[in-house]
Amino acid sequence: MSSTVPASATTPDAPHTPAKSRKSPGRRPSRSWAAPLLLISPTLLVLGVFVYGLIAANLNTSFQDRHTRAESQGYVWFENYAALFSDDTFMYSLRNLLLYTGAFLLGTLVLGFLWAWLLEKGVRGESLFRAVYLFPMAVSFIASGVVWRWLLNNAEGDRSSGLNRLFGDLGLTWLQNPWWTHERWGIVAIAVPAIWQLSGYVMALFLAGFRGIPEELREAGRMDGCNEWQLYRHVLFPQLSPVALSAIIIIGHMSLKVFDLIMAIAGQTNYTTQVPATQMWVEFTRGDYAKSAAIGTVLLVIVAVLIVPYLVATYRQERRR
Amino acid sequence: MRATHKSLAMGLAALSLLAVSACGGEDGGTGGGGETQEVEVFTWWAEGSEKEGLDALVEVFTSQNPDFEFVNGAVAGGAGSDAKNVLASRLQTNDPPATFQAHAGAELTDYIEAGQIEGLSAMYEEKGWNELFPEGLLERLEQDGEIYSVPSNIHRANVVWANTAVLEEAGLDPKASYASLDEWIAALEKVEAAGKIPLSVATDWTQVHLLETVLLADLGAEAYSGLWDGSTDWAGEDVTAALEDYQTLMGFTNTDRQSLDWQDATQLVIDGEAAFNVMGDWAEAAFATSEKTYDTDYVAFPVPGTDGVFDFLADSFTMPVGSPNGEGTEAWLDTVASAEGQEAFNKAKGSIPANIEAETADFGPYQQTAIESWANDEIVSSVAHGAAASVSWLTDITSAVAKFGSNDDVTELQEGLVAAAEKHASS
Repeated sequence: MSSTVPASATTPDAPHTPAKSRKSPGRRPSRSWAAPLLLISPTLLVLGVFVYGLIAANLNTSFQDRHTRAESQGYVWFENYAALFSDDTFMYSLRNLLLYTGAFLLGTLVLGFLWAWLLEKGVRGESLFRAVYLFPMAVSFIASGVVWRWLLNNAEGDRSSGLNRLFGDLGLTWLQNPWWTHERWGIVAIAVPAIWQLSGYVMALFLAGFRGIPEELREAGRMDGCNEWQLYRHVLFPQLSPVALSAIIIIGHMSLKVFDLIMAIAGQTNYTTQVPATQMWVEFTRGDYAKSAAIGTVLLVIVAVLIVPYLVATYRQERRR
Repeated sequence: MRATHKSLAMGLAALSLLAVSACGGEDGGTGGGGETQEVEVFTWWAEGSEKEGLDALVEVFTSQNPDFEFVNGAVAGGAGSDAKNVLASRLQTNDPPATFQAHAGAELTDYIEAGQIEGLSAMYEEKGWNELFPEGLLERLEQDGEIYSVPSNIHRANVVWANTAVLEEAGLDPKASYASLDEWIAALEKVEAAGKIPLSVATDWTQVHLLETVLLADLGAEAYSGLWDGSTDWAGEDVTAALEDYQTLMGFTNTDRQSLDWQDATQLVIDGEAAFNVMGDWAEAAFATSEKTYDTDYVAFPVPGTDGVFDFLADSFTMPVGSPNGEGTEAWLDTVASAEGQEAFNKAKGSIPANIEAETADFGPYQQTAIESWANDEIVSSVAHGAAASVSWLTDITSAVAKFGSNDDVTELQEGLVAAAEKHASS
């Protein structure tokens, strides 16, 4: 209750709107939403069939005994999921996905924030830096993956190329490493190109966030005796937290769907870079439709766990306004 | 009121636009159906020597069948896996091409079980093809008493390619023959001491290819073939010993194998960076393109321990159920089976003809050795190339081998292979 009162009080014409609608004839609302409904109906129809319809079809397939290209052998319900979660390779690919997402999020947020902060501090040639950092985002993961496949070549010593060669030439041989072919940490190497590509985007988000904070707030903070750190800690960071949340959601859901980068760098059969999406592709390719559908559903649920709370929160926030 | 009308009209306009575009899509999709003289041949031969082979075959086809029009349905990418995905969805929606390429043998199992390809035994009988192909091959094509495809060419998988200059540098005799893997391993040690890569290998499927030849060398032809019909135990000690040999061999390979495809691994031998490479005889084309001479710049011999055994794979063409042009399919298969078609195709592709009547006098020196072995050796089926096991089984083997590539654990590799065999051998 207390939160709605100031909200309506801030909009000056709020009291007028109900008065107006009371004057108009009662039939009007029903008529005015017929047209918008007609307008959005193509979208609804297409979304209904090609998104929600196909999700339902996928779910349906995942419940069946359909492990070859032949017809389905009937329903087994959750057996495919049980098999999936007792499959070592799948658990390994889930673990990989978690590591990758962690590295990707941490890398883009730290770099993106740092760059935004530097630009906000008023570095010379801001527009140049902004463009330079944003450009990688314009490249597709497949195209950059082809280049990074070479940069992250794991040969060491004489035959090294890419980054290992650079380390070797600089005398930093201890930095040479097997990159994405390492069994435990290989997947983190895949996050390197991803971070390179999307840090600029996170920077743009944070920069917009910084610019959106009115100068008066900083002044007020300084008047109240904040030092620089306290100013950031108590005035700027709270204002930036919605931006950070958006960045986490956007980068996070991209990260969970990672597929193209891995296909371009390591290929579909490489063990150390298995994630659910590549495994889904392998299963689909061999005709195990039920298993690949089950992996797809798990992936959808994982992304939903991240996205849905955010959507609900945003929806609530917007209704409050 | 006027605003409402306007938006209503706009909504209707949007709807009708959608309807129009939907109709357009439908027209484009179904055009070309029904009676046709077009013969759509679906392959993954889109570039290199494979494309050249296909072009040569098409030339023979059009001269033999001027009434039919060849339509190239090639889908590139992923060493055939992209094409197989496209094909699977076309077969499911009853939109098959006139004929499609598939590795002869067990790879066809999925299509047969799904009832997507026709049996051809009657056609073999009628056209006298049973006399055109060697008996050993026909046996391997047969599944449950029925033949389902027409082989166009034969490749040999158990071949070692070696750079003579590198061998001499390491103090080895390029003409030496190695009776067993152990003798070969001693030679690999010498190459390592000379500072070259002893054995080059590439990404996962080439590792499966290497493993298959090691199994063949250690188990022998009969026990190797037994792996695929259940008469050899995957969990047995002899398999363990073979896997340990495989581990030893992998220890001699280049570290950057995961970043390479077979061409790169073979190129290491061609460029003199590596001494040996185990690859199917399509590698011959790579040496030829680099203008290397057989027996002077490079040598090729059966993988040590597999002399007298021909680890075969073959491409073949099928008759899909509900082919849009049955006569056209038959004409294509006729050309594929014919001596003329096989000569043209194989000379360009670097493989050898499956048809024993084909004239091979002007084939290259390596191919001559393969032709001779094909006629005299014991024939076994390659697993890495779809002749010995179904696609699904091969996928499981590949993932076990890929895992071994990163953790080097023989016990786990054998467990993975045993599990794969248990899952698939029953079907």
